[in-house]
Amino acid sequence: MKRILGLILVLVMAMSVVAGCGGSGNDTETTGSSTASDKFYIGGIGPITGAAAIYGQGVKNGAQIAVDEINAAGGINGYQIEYKFEDDEHDAEKAVNAYNTLKDWGMQILMGTVTSTPCMAVSAKTAEDNMFQVTPSGSSPDVIVGDNTFQICFSDPNQGIASADYIAENALATKVAVIYDSSDVYSSGIYEKFASQAESKGIEIVAAEAFTADNKSDFSVQIQKAKDAGAELVFLPIYYTEATLILKQANSIGYKPLFFGCDGLDGILGVENFDTSLAEGVMLLTPFAADATDKLTQDFVATYKENYGEVPNQFAADAYDAIYTIKAAIEKSGATPDMSVSELGDALKGAMPEIAVVGLTGKGAEMTWAATGEVSKKPMAVTIKNGVYTAN
Amino acid sequence: MSFISYLVNGISLGSVYAIIALGYTMVYGIAKMLNFAHGDVIMIGGYVTFMIMSTMGLSPWLGIVAAVVVCTLLGVVIEKIAYKPLRGASPLAVLITAIGVSYFLQNIALLIFGANTKSFTSVVSIPDLVLADGQLTISGETIVTIIASVIIMIAMTLFIKKTKTGRAMNAVSEDKGAAQLMGINVNKTISITFAIGSGLAAIAGILLVSSYPALTPYTGAMPGIKAFVAAVFGGIGSVPGAMIGGILLGVIENLSKAYISSQLADAIVFAVLIIVLLVKPTGILGKEIREKV
Repeated sequence: MKRILGLILVLVMAMSVVAGCGGSGNDTETTGSSTASDKFYIGGIGPITGAAAIYGQGVKNGAQIAVDEINAAGGINGYQIEYKFEDDEHDAEKAVNAYNTLKDWGMQILMGTVTSTPCMAVSAKTAEDNMFQVTPSGSSPDVIVGDNTFQICFSDPNQGIASADYIAENALATKVAVIYDSSDVYSSGIYEKFASQAESKGIEIVAAEAFTADNKSDFSVQIQKAKDAGAELVFLPIYYTEATLILKQANSIGYKPLFFGCDGLDGILGVENFDTSLAEGVMLLTPFAADATDKLTQDFVATYKENYGEVPNQFAADAYDAIYTIKAAIEKSGATPDMSVSELGDALKGAMPEIAVVGLTGKGAEMTWAATGEVSKKPMAVTIKNGVYTAN
Repeated sequence: MSFISYLVNGISLGSVYAIIALGYTMVYGIAKMLNFAHGDVIMIGGYVTFMIMSTMGLSPWLGIVAAVVVCTLLGVVIEKIAYKPLRGASPLAVLITAIGVSYFLQNIALLIFGANTKSFTSVVSIPDLVLADGQLTISGETIVTIIASVIIMIAMTLFIKKTKTGRAMNAVSEDKGAAQLMGINVNKTISITFAIGSGLAAIAGILLVSSYPALTPYTGAMPGIKAFVAAVFGGIGSVPGAMIGGILLGVIENLSKAYISSQLADAIVFAVLIIVLLVKPTGILGKEIREKV
């Protein structure tokens, strides 16, 4: 029993990393020093070392690009931004330490944290201080419990709604099967919302098949049932490890529906030795595709490549949008840097439900926020074509 | 047609359980201990083959041979270092040691290979069997797994019945003390049992990840537990029992997923286990051993 429990715990930890909801590290980035209150001090926290480093680095760099752009264009209402990023190594304790360090530095607004588990810990602190917080990618509904915290990414359950909307609006299928992990909150949370939204959109769920953490290598039955039920699309609100198995097993019985997933599938092409031809045509809901043709995306990708030598991921785009969201909220509320942290918090959280931001992650449409902190934006999907994620 | 597909897949899954269960049941029969590290030896077998086939790009046959050799040695070494010094200790101490070895192997694999999933290239190159105008496809892996498990079962039965070493194993399992008095080297026999069980684990591991190609350091843990259940189900200590237990477990699991609920599959499997053990406490083919006074 102990062993099973250990297994489950390890699995949960592994999954939280994969989902992009944790934190780790201890690097510092300073963009200048000034004690005058004529600047906005925006702090960032995320894992820039450790297992989730790829997420934190994207956020750190994406936000830096936005800060540089804003400062070069004259700042926010004439006030420049000071930006400093602290590493949390995807660890809740280190994230709280990083938060305290940034407070000593003079942080007024927090852009972070990147992953959900540390974000929950830090959100509790910002709620105490009433510090305005925007998380680019903390997707758990638990990170926005305080009224001072806002999300740029879809919350986990909202991915289910967004998926159903996307499938309905693009008429991808009318008969849908779902294969989900009933032992995982992320997966079953998305499934439940998806199911109710699908029904109201006239999508028929012909098979809803579950698996559990203890039973996740043989999917032949789930796939066979989806096939027998005549599903044209199989919705996979799961992580990519299981998805690779499902794709292979479906292929081996000659079942070729459209597979559609959420951000948990992001990373499937990176699985070592995976035959990416099996993932050909798989669609996934992700906020950002680096090859989108709009000018905003292309400029961002070009700057990112020039500065950091690689193609930005969705986390970089989320962070870029987070900084512009903070800018929009400051402009709307007319807040000034000489206000206290709590005054700024009150002003900005009041402004959030009234603003609309067009960014990298909303498919060119406006993003708006509910007072609860949840974002409302246009879902965006990418398709895997020739072994790369391609914008639709 | 779907029913046949569920059944075939169940038999295939069950065959993997059966090969793993053979290792459990042989070790239990002879050393009277539950080797909980058995599932993790499977995972090591998978990684060895993966390294040879995918990282070094050599032939699958070489990968299989290397995995069997590495796992056999690993089994013997584990027995020598971890279990042999505890031969006289309480069964509970040995059980805890086995759990410790299991965690050790998982963490070593984490350290060497990392936590990232590796996608295993199937070692099976025979084509899929397509029947009834494409309504029923039986994968090459399924066919090979079922055939392999039958061959292994027959070979093991013959080995135990016909060879000197096999009969020595039988003798040790019946009465260690008497076997020793009859001139059987008990320690050597136990070592051989571990060697065979671990070699079989390597084959089971390769078949498992060929059918379900996601390799992680925890790949062997759950199938290991299921196979242990299969061994108890069939009657622990009995070779044909492990086979029957494994296949029944796989079939029940798949059919309950298909016709009852995909979420409840494990609950149903374990409920069946409880019922079987209530009716027949020694398992399907288990021998009832009277305590001698």
